[in-house]
Amino acid sequence: MTPPATLALEVRGIGLRIGGATILDGIDLAVERGSMIGIIGPNGAGKSTLFNVISGLVTPTEGTVHLKGEDVTGLSVPHRARAGLGRTFQTSSLFPELSLLENVRLAAQVSRGGSLSIVKFPRRGDAATRAAYEHLAEVGLADRADVTAGGLSHGDKRKLEIAVLLASQPDVILLDEPMAGVGSGDVAGLSAIIGSLHRDQGRTVLMVEHHMDVLLGLVDKVAVLHFGTLLAFDTPATVMADPTVQNAYLGTNA
Amino acid sequence: MSTVVLLAITGLGLGALYFLVASGLSLIYGLMHVLNFAHGSFLTLGAFLGWMVADRIDATSWLGFAVSMLVGAAIGALVAALTELLLIRPLYERHIEQVLVTVGLSLATVALFEGIWGSDPRFIRGPAWLDETTGIAGARIPNDRFVVIAVAAAALIAILLFLRHTRYGMIIRAGVENRAMVTALGIDVRKSFTLVFTLGGAAAGLGGVLASHYFGYVSPSLGGSLLIFAFIVTVIGGLGSLTGAAVASVLVALLQQFANYYLSGTGDFVIVLALAAVLLVRPTGLMGARA
Repeated sequence: MTPPATLALEVRGIGLRIGGATILDGIDLAVERGSMIGIIGPNGAGKSTLFNVISGLVTPTEGTVHLKGEDVTGLSVPHRARAGLGRTFQTSSLFPELSLLENVRLAAQVSRGGSLSIVKFPRRGDAATRAAYEHLAEVGLADRADVTAGGLSHGDKRKLEIAVLLASQPDVILLDEPMAGVGSGDVAGLSAIIGSLHRDQGRTVLMVEHHMDVLLGLVDKVAVLHFGTLLAFDTPATVMADPTVQNAYLGTNA
Repeated sequence: MSTVVLLAITGLGLGALYFLVASGLSLIYGLMHVLNFAHGSFLTLGAFLGWMVADRIDATSWLGFAVSMLVGAAIGALVAALTELLLIRPLYERHIEQVLVTVGLSLATVALFEGIWGSDPRFIRGPAWLDETTGIAGARIPNDRFVVIAVAAAALIAILLFLRHTRYGMIIRAGVENRAMVTALGIDVRKSFTLVFTLGGAAAGLGGVLASHYFGYVSPSLGGSLLIFAFIVTVIGGLGSLTGAAVASVLVALLQQFANYYLSGTGDFVIVLALAAVLLVRPTGLMGARA
């Protein structure tokens, strides 16, 4: 049975058991193309682990992952990335000693084809470099292309991560706490950029985020994870009105 | 004054040798988290085969010397690439097993070299100019010191240019910093593992030929004795940092030379003290990434 092509990502019966512990249990998620999904849940609910299973870092003990209708459960991380899956990490998705331009260019040279020849020197004006400048401009960092990424503020680092993602031209994006550590002044700008990722460019976005107010304003649907199980997967209004969800949240004081 | 100049330039020469070994160690560890104990064997093999080829051509000619350096680098690169492909790659992500395999390889190859060439040092010859001296500020400096320093400096510049300006260089620098993200961008870093091993092996093989001229002999234990100091250099410089390795190579060798002369032969001891001090004050090394 092949899933309908309108699904950008489908997770079927994903379970992860390590030793006696159940980390994820029977997770089913069908994510339609062009939608934005928020994933919430208390700490330790399995949100990042689910992202790791989807991106290929962790092999599930049960279930399958489908990307644009293709079963990718057996594919490696770089294979899935080239098949159109992009992600950021909770800690950092950047290369602090590389310049902003190099950070973005690295992603651009993968997606723009361009042979990865050992001797080929990247030229200032080649397609990957031009694309890198464009994506830096989209997030408002083009004027600092030659600065090293490590010196940026938290907010600007998050913007750079978005530029890197854009450059790798993914169809499905996993954002793991894109606003963590971002000052309140930057939240609005960043959420606008994340919103445009999806609305203007038709990408599918899954996002783990603790800034509830921002998240609920952005997403079409919310998935609630609790101790490795999926409690609810519906529109923000329905999910927030769900007594089971309220219980889980108030009970653990997240 | 002349003693200081002699010690300084001889120290620089020794530092150049350390760098040729440490550059590969540092890049390999930085990218793959493998401490390569077989690195000394790449050096020793490069030295032996380089010497054999030079001896066939004419060891005292410049042609023989130049060809021996090329052969040393090529052999080092080839053996390193094979080591990565045949022994390291099948143990992908199993760091302890990878390290153990390199330890085993180093023990086995030293025994093999002893079986082939005997365990006694073989004294070698080079172009006559190398054995002569040049006067600088009253000090008589053996000319081979200058050659070692120049070649190591050229190797440093070549590797830096490669890392800064080529696409693979960019992937290697990025991989040292955040390997998970490089993979998440769709890049298979395993290709750069082989490349880094090959580059490191070439530098070590080249270092082997130069070390045999610096010390005046080749022996199966040549690589092992340099490897210990190269590891110290790599840790002091900061694992994964090429410039750190270069700076630490020079510092360690100078410290060693001066301590040997002025503190009655305590050079090795002083180096280990310096290592301990760096680890206590700055555990990631002089130029290592913050933990």
